Amino acid sequence: MKAELQPVLDALQSAFGAHISEFREQAKATLAVEHIVEAARTLRDAHGFNMLAGLSAVDYWPERQPRFHAVYEFKNIAQKLRLEVRVPLDGDEPKLPTLSEVFPNANWHERELWDMFGIHVTEHPDLRRILMPADWVGHPLRKDYPLGYEEVQFSFNFKEIDQRKPRPQD
Amino acid sequence: MTISQLEITHDELKHLVSERAQTGETLLLNMGPQHPSTHGVLRLLLELDGEIVVNCIPDIGFLHTGIEKNMEAKTYEKAEVMTDRLDYLNTMGNNLAYCLAVEKLVDLDVPERAQAIRVIFAELQRIASHLVWLGTHALDLAAMSMFFYCLNQRERILDIMEMCAGQRMMTTYFRPGGLWRDVPAEFVPAVRAFIDSFPAEVDLYEGLLDKNPIFLDRTKGIGIYTTEEGIAWGITGPSLRGSGIAYDLRKEEPYSGYEQYDFEVCTEEAGDVYARYRVRMREFRESLKIVRQALDKLPGGAVRSNNRKFVPPPRAELGESMEAVIHHFKLWTEGFPAPKNSIYMPVESPRGELGVLLEGDGGPKPYRCHWRTPSFVNLQILPKISKGCYVADLVAIIGSIDIVLGDTDR
Repeated sequence: MKAELQPVLDALQSAFGAHISEFREQAKATLAVEHIVEAARTLRDAHGFNMLAGLSAVDYWPERQPRFHAVYEFKNIAQKLRLEVRVPLDGDEPKLPTLSEVFPNANWHERELWDMFGIHVTEHPDLRRILMPADWVGHPLRKDYPLGYEEVQFSFNFKEIDQRKPRPQD
Repeated sequence: MTISQLEITHDELKHLVSERAQTGETLLLNMGPQHPSTHGVLRLLLELDGEIVVNCIPDIGFLHTGIEKNMEAKTYEKAEVMTDRLDYLNTMGNNLAYCLAVEKLVDLDVPERAQAIRVIFAELQRIASHLVWLGTHALDLAAMSMFFYCLNQRERILDIMEMCAGQRMMTTYFRPGGLWRDVPAEFVPAVRAFIDSFPAEVDLYEGLLDKNPIFLDRTKGIGIYTTEEGIAWGITGPSLRGSGIAYDLRKEEPYSGYEQYDFEVCTEEAGDVYARYRVRMREFRESLKIVRQALDKLPGGAVRSNNRKFVPPPRAELGESMEAVIHHFKLWTEGFPAPKNSIYMPVESPRGELGVLLEGDGGPKPYRCHWRTPSFVNLQILPKISKGCYVADLVAIIGSIDIVLGDTDR
């Protein structure tokens, strides 16, 4: 981890109670969901992280609390720094405030989160599905969403496979 | 019922078009998804006032193939095959990003010879990708012969790939820990022949386009965004360098030994379609420079890591060593485990920052593999910069952002 990143992590820790971890020289800060917009604004204005390089999520099903992690990748171009911010989300009603006021390119990333994970982004200007068809049922990148292939059934295991055939709900 | 009435009944699109579309004063028109100048299956819903674009609503996802979901069900080695299919004009680059991510996650070494050959292929792939971009971009702007010239040269690069990987496009030539196998003896002469003759070709392209009044009219002063706008919208690669900032991950966060090579990061100030064209034209020569340096000091030695826990042993050892047989069996039946943690690996693809978020769960399959693809992010600025331009200019702007729909939709 670069030494220039340490003051940023300290600031996140004291202002937003971020939990800091490090793996293979990459720093990660884990924040509560209510702080993410303010933290992103602070990172942009006070610490020079002027690009939202990426936004994605990970599903830890069957965990419930938290079930999802939203993963933000911030980039400070001038100082060549990167910072990953993770936001744990509730499994029953995953909700995330929009970042598109701070970083305009969060718009499509957040649409992808909604499309693929069913994470509802509040106050989003245009929350529609982006990759799947508009009338698609379910959110494919959730871990409880079946992959879609069929196991080969033979006469001796026909019933057994039939019973555990994945059936997508909602 | 007219088209505009039909379209506006979709309530969910109402907030994206102007008031005038509700009354039918402006026309709603579909461009794509099969329109040849949208560079693949991109659909644009255009709100037009005569020939002027009032609003442009991109609709993507027609090429969504669920690659991220599928990768979760395969072992690390098998999942790599799908990375070729993401950005089909940058197959070697996708392999590189994925292999670097896996190597970083499991902490695996790569021999120097393999790193140098990876750089050579990544740069040849960049040239090939820029050639397809140049051919199609010029074709959109009515310079048809460019397409034939460019694809002709690209064919030579694909031949080199076929010589080494057995495949022209879907190569899967890089593997975690090195390469599939060493390059054949004909490889170095073939690459040298290409890099010796290619500069003359670039001169030819520039001679045809650089001062061509029709091309200049169609590209100068169109589709402008500033450095700040580009950064705020997450634009990377040549599309950002055309707005005057020297941001290139090969220099910023060098990987695979890029720090050893001497090359320039090409920038232009204007931020318009022509500036982005100039950046990519100059990158042809910089890529050639890198390939030449890598060839000149190509190290000898192995092309695969000797860490048998991750890389299968050489075939010859299987007949003699019981341990080699065990490693071989374990790797091809079960795969290798990766730690329960995640890394983010960004590389510079021909289109910009290609990032892989790879998370392991202690088992042999990726728990999550997210691709931050440059086409997806770069395309987002299109509605902003196409407002108020002509439909014909929109075609030039799409070409200048250089999107690949396989990369956008994943």
